[in-house]
Amino acid sequence: MSANLSAIFYLISGVLFILALKGLSSPKTSRQGNVFGIIGMIIAIVVTILSVGNFSTGLIYVLMFLLLGGAIGAFIAFKIPMTAMPELVAGFHSLVGLAAVFVAISAFLKPEVFNLGMPGNIKIVSLIEMSIGASIGAITFSGSVIAFLKLQGIMSGSPITFKGQHFINALIGISIIVLIYYLCVTQLPNLFWLIILLSFLIGLLLIIPIGGADMPVVISMLNSYSGWAAAGIGFTLENTALIITGALVGSSGAILSYIMCKGMNRSFFNVILGGWGGTDKTLDTKNSEQRPVKSGNAEDAAFLMKNASSIIIVPGYGMAVAQAQHSLKEMVDTLKNNGIKVAYAIHPVAGRMPGHMNVLLAEANVPYDEVFELEEINNDFANCDVVFVIGANDVTNPIAKTDPQSPIYGMPVLDVEKSKSVLFAKRSLSPGYAGIDNELFYRDNTLMLFADAKKMTEDIIKNL
Amino acid sequence: MEVDPFIFRLSIFVLSIFIGYYVVWSVTPSLHTPLMSVTNAISSVIIVGAIVAASGLTFQTSFEFSNILGFAAIILAAINIFGGFLVTQRMLQMYKKKKKDK
Repeated sequence: MSANLSAIFYLISGVLFILALKGLSSPKTSRQGNVFGIIGMIIAIVVTILSVGNFSTGLIYVLMFLLLGGAIGAFIAFKIPMTAMPELVAGFHSLVGLAAVFVAISAFLKPEVFNLGMPGNIKIVSLIEMSIGASIGAITFSGSVIAFLKLQGIMSGSPITFKGQHFINALIGISIIVLIYYLCVTQLPNLFWLIILLSFLIGLLLIIPIGGADMPVVISMLNSYSGWAAAGIGFTLENTALIITGALVGSSGAILSYIMCKGMNRSFFNVILGGWGGTDKTLDTKNSEQRPVKSGNAEDAAFLMKNASSIIIVPGYGMAVAQAQHSLKEMVDTLKNNGIKVAYAIHPVAGRMPGHMNVLLAEANVPYDEVFELEEINNDFANCDVVFVIGANDVTNPIAKTDPQSPIYGMPVLDVEKSKSVLFAKRSLSPGYAGIDNELFYRDNTLMLFADAKKMTEDIIKNL
Repeated sequence: MEVDPFIFRLSIFVLSIFIGYYVVWSVTPSLHTPLMSVTNAISSVIIVGAIVAASGLTFQTSFEFSNILGFAAIILAAINIFGGFLVTQRMLQMYKKKKKDK
């Protein structure tokens, strides 16, 4: 296949990828978008195989490994529970990163295969491109592995910080840039290995100080990195499909990071520099231990709900942990059969990744037009009789609006305290990820329901 | 003087960032998780580099380390491609079921 013809096909697959993302602007067009994405991928793979033009044993191996990886991927995709989506996405990011590193190393060892010159005499531009691709790929890989371990709970979610951390990170970052410069001058393979090694290290160091509560930002950020790594490799291989895709994915991840940061009212650098969500903030809670709270049981909750005319549900990560989404949907169905209006309110950073709560509710068959974002629903709390907070905490804390000293001051929160009564399903009074006490617990119109979210929901159903 | 092809690629790259910017802002927040899984899948188009690396035999006809890396990258990217698209499809399917429910 001629180079020009394959370039046109790569362009087509790039356009199909754009359409795949465009489809996600509405749930109605989203499935069609996904099909466009799949077609784009098939075109890119077929064109590459045809343009390599090696139909001997090599091709058989390529197809064999493709199907092997595909089978593993398909198995994972069907088996994974929806609550584990953040871990899955982090895991997948690490694979993209590692693949980018492998391709870059391969191009460095055998540049003639990619038309980039000869070993020891690689074109300078290509050398820069492959170093950047390999470096970002390595950062994506090690960073995603740490994110995965933290999300899985294998590694503690609390931030790991040590003295001089930022200084070391800056030093490694600068070293990588200097090494890329010397690699271009000397073409020494050892410098290339060192760049990759340092990149693995900095990926690790960048993610360990970031706390569990900031995981939505971390995942979005690594999403962005995986895109930039792909773009770097795309420049090396002079491949339009890869360049377009890399740019799309890179900006997509960057926008998601921005939305997540805004949802927490924190600057991107503040998150990256880490340290939030640790245990060092517990001193804020000491003066509130004795304050009285009203606690109730499922019967009280059911009574309040039965007498309400409109209810808003505020789900959070706790709902996912307790797997309570299905019983929640059952509870809502019962309420709706009694003529009660029910809506769901979702905070941008609820859950461990962007849109996590929406997917869990979708899994439980909640219609998407009953689920509202913060800006859409925040004014409705004042006209609502009962708010049922299930597994959320910090995102409802009114202190974010009142106390400039609070670490979450200025963070947009759901105005649940404006409703006539608030039901709080929670295991204990323990503070949320931000490590601060929720003032809402002590309000007169708040009723605490101390129990596992799923069990409580089931008990409420029995009493309705 | 002729323009270096690199400049063309850079132009494509910069314009694609802008396309990405506008397209992603139009994505509804409730679909942000599928957005992440689908971007994951499409960024695995890096498999085209892996295929070239794996099947690119040079003067020698023997497998070398660079080929092995290519094959490893094919597996990694293929896991992502199949896994990413299928899990996205699975999620989007859930958003559909509800319409029937009503």
